[in-house]
Amino acid sequence: MQRMEGLSKLSGREQYVDDLPVPGCLWGATVRSPAARGRIREIRFSEEFDWDEFVIVDAGDIPASNTIYLMEEDQPVLADGVVRHVHEPVLLLAHPSRDMARRGATAVEVIVDPEPAVLDFRLPPDPAQIQYGVDNVLKHLRIEKGDVEKALAAAPIVIEGVYETGSQEHVYLETQGMLAWEEDGVITVQGSMQCPYYIVDAFKKALGRDESQIRIVQTPTGGGFGGKEEFPSGIALHAALLALKAGNPVKLVYERGEDMAATTKRHPSRVRHRTAVDEDGRLLAQDIEVLLDGGAYVTLSPVVLSRAIIHAGGPYQCDNVRIDGRAQLSNSVPFGAFRGFGAPQSLFAVERHMDVIADRLGMDPVALRRRNLIRDGDSTATGQIIEDGADRIEVLDTALRLSDYEAKIESHTEFNRTSQTKRRGIGLATFYHGAGFTGGGEVYLDSAAHVAGLPDGGVEVRTASVEMGQGALTIFAQVVAARLGLSVEHIRIGAPDTAIVPNSGPTVASRTSMIVAGLVERACDDLRDQVRRSAAEVAEPAGELPEPANTASADAAVQPLEGDTMVRAITGWHARNPGQELIGKARYIKPENIEWDDETYRGDAYGSFAWAAYVADVEIDLLTFGVEVRDFVAVQEVGKVLNETLARGQIQGGVVQGIGWALLEDFVWRDGAMLNNQLTNYIIPTSDDVPPIRVAFLEVPYAFGTWGCKGIGELPMDGPAPAILNAVAMALGVQATSVPLTPERLMLLVHPELERAG
Amino acid sequence: MNAAVERGGTMISIEFTLNGDTVSVEFDPRDRLLDTLRYTLGLTGTKEGCGEGECGACTVLIDGLPVDSCLVPTYQVRGRRVDTIESVDGGTLGAFLEGGATQCGACTPGVVMTARWILANPDLRRTHRLRELMAGNLCRCTGYDGIIDSIEEGLKESQS
Repeated sequence: MQRMEGLSKLSGREQYVDDLPVPGCLWGATVRSPAARGRIREIRFSEEFDWDEFVIVDAGDIPASNTIYLMEEDQPVLADGVVRHVHEPVLLLAHPSRDMARRGATAVEVIVDPEPAVLDFRLPPDPAQIQYGVDNVLKHLRIEKGDVEKALAAAPIVIEGVYETGSQEHVYLETQGMLAWEEDGVITVQGSMQCPYYIVDAFKKALGRDESQIRIVQTPTGGGFGGKEEFPSGIALHAALLALKAGNPVKLVYERGEDMAATTKRHPSRVRHRTAVDEDGRLLAQDIEVLLDGGAYVTLSPVVLSRAIIHAGGPYQCDNVRIDGRAQLSNSVPFGAFRGFGAPQSLFAVERHMDVIADRLGMDPVALRRRNLIRDGDSTATGQIIEDGADRIEVLDTALRLSDYEAKIESHTEFNRTSQTKRRGIGLATFYHGAGFTGGGEVYLDSAAHVAGLPDGGVEVRTASVEMGQGALTIFAQVVAARLGLSVEHIRIGAPDTAIVPNSGPTVASRTSMIVAGLVERACDDLRDQVRRSAAEVAEPAGELPEPANTASADAAVQPLEGDTMVRAITGWHARNPGQELIGKARYIKPENIEWDDETYRGDAYGSFAWAAYVADVEIDLLTFGVEVRDFVAVQEVGKVLNETLARGQIQGGVVQGIGWALLEDFVWRDGAMLNNQLTNYIIPTSDDVPPIRVAFLEVPYAFGTWGCKGIGELPMDGPAPAILNAVAMALGVQATSVPLTPERLMLLVHPELERAG
Repeated sequence: MNAAVERGGTMISIEFTLNGDTVSVEFDPRDRLLDTLRYTLGLTGTKEGCGEGECGACTVLIDGLPVDSCLVPTYQVRGRRVDTIESVDGGTLGAFLEGGATQCGACTPGVVMTARWILANPDLRRTHRLRELMAGNLCRCTGYDGIIDSIEEGLKESQS
């Protein structure tokens, strides 16, 4: 099936929040902290403006609790007396002119008496820097398997390494934006978001309203990548507070520079590995320390840390594993959800470390992985037994074959012997990504989905899952078409509108196709049953509705039922039940075999893992130290591909975002704030910076995923960085340990004497 | 209000050809073509991505050439021909739909306008690679393969 909203996007008709015409609306703007930490002494308004023209909101205008409700309640909606990071929102303005609103925000000066700020998360804090608990540790988690100390003491070889990753800005092409107004006592917000019900919860808390007085509607969302998971709760509250005070609709849309500087980003990390191996390269013990920079507030750092440590050991069998994880406060803009959610950081470390181990042992990195990759029956660091029938060796071999790996090792070695100006290398990463919420998370979410049979015989899907480019609408439509035997013109996907749709959980964690689409499918069955029962009562032919074809295979051609039987059955139901609503419903049911203990961090961390092997082929210019990715092969086992075009697009896009993180996307920080908050100096890949991304899928259906699928949205973010740096190691014989590997950093690795020379 | 911060005192007006029709528009002299299109004329198909000429989301054709409309003061298009995404016939976009050229859609109108320039000037391919020609349009979703493959397909279709 083609992308449902594809033509609307291609022809520019899709209306994002900034495109919605709202006659008479005011424009919002945000006044932010200039300081990393301190007490607000004074707020000065420039005398050059007539401030009576503006609506001004501060912390005193918040009706209930000044907190952005998420995991904890530490982050204020607006700073009240103290600030904890540069760009923290202090004051809100609205004005009939967009331009005046923005200029007004620059004419308000926030004077802060500074206090000691934490500007490097890796250093132990001074007492004067403590702002959370007794040690600024936002979360501490630990995984233990076997006896690491004993294994390390007895091991013939122990290899250590320290790996670091920088932050990353999402750069969704549509910036954050919200439109808010109040009507008949209901505060309504429309805007760009991944999680409408997060915003409902935030509104209940901060505005002191019950759900019937809150309506959150997602507008077409121009990219999210996690950046529109938790952050929109804050900007939605800001728009709502302005609208409530103004008594008028208010639009608050960030400019690019503000969006890059002030919104959440990927957590920077430092990961230490101490690994015991035998001479044959078998992993005997993994002792791993994961440290994340959480930024100034807790946001989602505890769960980002959780995913980071669960993935930190890599897809390998090892009897003795200890993973200690901490998320540490710093006075930076809070770090938050970003595609991969901690896993790219810890997988970068372990996959780079595997090549360091291979190098130390004089072993082929492929052979080292082949020896240790999980076989069915082996267990992960949390003790989860992997028995999914997927063949991780086949994934590896497919990647080696498609990339012509062995031949390239030889030809590159020869090339490097003869070239004066260039070096070539090929590198590999094998990894996994768990889809859905961790452990008991999906049970806690208790997600629901509805499908409504409409009076005209059409069917409308109602979920809180949003389309942000990944293709959720299309997957839902495919599922409905197949399950109810409907042709696509009878299928609509309703906008995620909390006044209408149930809470199907957030659009995150690669869970929408795998979990929510399955709920949609079961809701279709419920709808069919209702129609059938009703028809049977009056002995109508619709009582004989056939069972759905076996849709366990996405390959099965979708055949609409003869003469739109289902359409007639639904119109028949409405004829018998005038004015009634026909809604099929389904709610999440936990697969029986999943057991997780959140206290001990033991058990089945995820219902399923997708498995992957990525190969990067690079060329380095010895004069500029620029690294060019010449070829990239991405092979993954994903359960089942539901839509080839969409799935390939997810992998290709994720790989390119990963290439950016590995090589280009560098930050200049000052006082915990991003200085290079422009697309002129924060460089993301263009079409000319990347090669075609060659994608292959292996399929071993996952029993509890929709049609056998596993989540894939985040997976491709994990592999590119280690594969590319491993290729650089082959090319140059240097072991780079951090990303982004910019030309300057690579030059200093190859020529350390230049650093001393300054 | 102090004169230093006042705006909109003097409006100017120009005529130009927009999507084939002559239009007359009145605007603040500081308005960018992007503002005039989106907020004065209500043509919101053209998107703002960065406002500094880096991302290409606001690409329109001026006298047939792709230009970032966020870098063009509106008065500069006086008497010229401007074509926006609204001029594009949806029926011609099949290759882009099939090829996975759009995901979130925010960069897409700009991508389509640059692609139209390439499709209208196939000789560009003699001197430039497609990936070079498209390097002025940032996309964060597709990894570019869907876009490049779709344009290749479009070029094939237009030649046959």
